[in-house]
Amino acid sequence: MYSFEYHRPESIAQATALRAEAEDAIYLAGGQTLIPTLKQRLAAPSDVIDLSRVPGLAGIELKSDCVVIGAMTRHAEVAASAEVARAIPALAFLAGEIGDAQVRNRGTLGGSVANSDPSADYPAAVIGLGATIVTDRRRIAADDFFHDLFETALEAGELLTAIEFPIAKRAAYCKFPNPASRYAVVGVFAADFGGKVRVGVTGAGPCAFRATAIEAALGKKLDAKSVDAVEIEYDRFNSDLHASAEYRANLVRVMAKRAVEKLLTA
Amino acid sequence: MKVSLTVNGRRHDVDVAPNTLLVDVLRGRLGLTGTHVGCDTSQCGACTVHLDGRSVKSCTVLAAQVDGAAVTTIEGIGSPDALHPMQAAFRDCHALQCGFCTPGMIMSAIDLVQNVENLDERKVREGLEGNLCRCTGYHNIVKAVLNAAESM
Ligand SMILES: Cc1cc2nc3c(=O)[nH]c(=O)nc-3n(C[C@H](O)[C@H](O)[C@H](O)COP(=O)(O)OP(=O)(O)OC[C@H]3O[C@@H](n4cnc5c(N)ncnc54)[C@H](O)[C@@H]3O)c2cc1C
Ligand code: FES
Ligand code: FES
Repeated sequence: MYSFEYHRPESIAQATALRAEAEDAIYLAGGQTLIPTLKQRLAAPSDVIDLSRVPGLAGIELKSDCVVIGAMTRHAEVAASAEVARAIPALAFLAGEIGDAQVRNRGTLGGSVANSDPSADYPAAVIGLGATIVTDRRRIAADDFFHDLFETALEAGELLTAIEFPIAKRAAYCKFPNPASRYAVVGVFAADFGGKVRVGVTGAGPCAFRATAIEAALGKKLDAKSVDAVEIEYDRFNSDLHASAEYRANLVRVMAKRAVEKLLTA
Repeated sequence: MKVSLTVNGRRHDVDVAPNTLLVDVLRGRLGLTGTHVGCDTSQCGACTVHLDGRSVKSCTVLAAQVDGAAVTTIEGIGSPDALHPMQAAFRDCHALQCGFCTPGMIMSAIDLVQNVENLDERKVREGLEGNLCRCTGYHNIVKAVLNAAESM
């Protein structure tokens, strides 16, 4: 690891001010992506700003039409939350499928979504549920948030503070995990809002996206078989040592069908 | 920078560079070499310790992040004369061969037993996904954890 200055701000204002003043600062949440990155010397920030002591960034709040989860809420807390299990069980299930127990005890929602790893799990739910990303300066719709590989709508220094997940009538998440890391080779989050169906896909492309063709087919008939006739375009899909683009396209179909089956029995 | 942390019930004040890892404080500064470094890339779980009661990979936590926190290592849970029930179960079930992964396995397994209800074989296998063992083939580890769960 290269050397850096370490800061532990105690308010959002302090955190963003530190970020703005420093030469090349970076926020630290659970560190489960950032610390391995620093150790491999793939990043060399001048300053690391630890968000763990900023009050108000962690916690789960159940509202009438959505669940609001603070950016610093750990995956393990979401997985174990009775509120989340009641309102959006698929989201609690997804959090419990991330990595392993130790990673879930440290990793946070905000870190995962801000990072936009192409195989991260949470982005599928953010897209599938049509969540709203709340930052220190604005609210961003899920459909406008993920831009590309590790690229989001977040501007320099913009701090993700919470995410509002609308409560679907029913929802389900299915992933095909990489057997070593548990990251999603492909993961599909399907949500039924009473007639309107949303489908978020992770792992397949450079970042999470809406599978609009699958949504249209499911809109006509909410049945796993509806997915069979959909053509999955894979020109921009990832091809790497884990899976070819074509294989990922097939996984999108299979995971989508399983998610729909699961949703219908939820 | 100054970091004060409680390790196995004893408070320590250490002066570290901001890029120091928790595992290096435990092993290098405090001489607690029971916590192992297997991969140093956040994959193997040999470095697992408890941070405020929950299992974490100490190679993936900065010492600075644990300022004011309580850490428990393998040295803090039992002694050769009075093994922790999990340690005793590992011995009884022949759940270790070279022993390199064992401290991390035991720390993960204790968190699992303390925090997961109605443990069964599947839950133990899933709960130990973050810990790799290159010797045992896992069967006896799973047996040991299920046995310990009954006596803990
Ligand atoms: C062995 C292993 C297995 C894993 N498996 C999975 C898996 O199966 N599925 C999965 O989804 N993930 C997996 N992960 C990643 C894990 O979920 C991380 O916790 C997550 O990607 C990043 O969250 P973090 O809180 O650790 O963020 P950090 O590592 O602290 O930060 C990540 C990035 O986000 C930025 N950031 C953090 N918080 C904010 C904020 N509030 N506002 C703006 N920017 C912010 C940081 O500056 C940094 O660039 C795995 C990680 C490991 C080590
Ligand atoms: S040494 Fe920490 S996970 Fe392998
Ligand atoms: S006993 Fe040798 S690595 Fe597990």
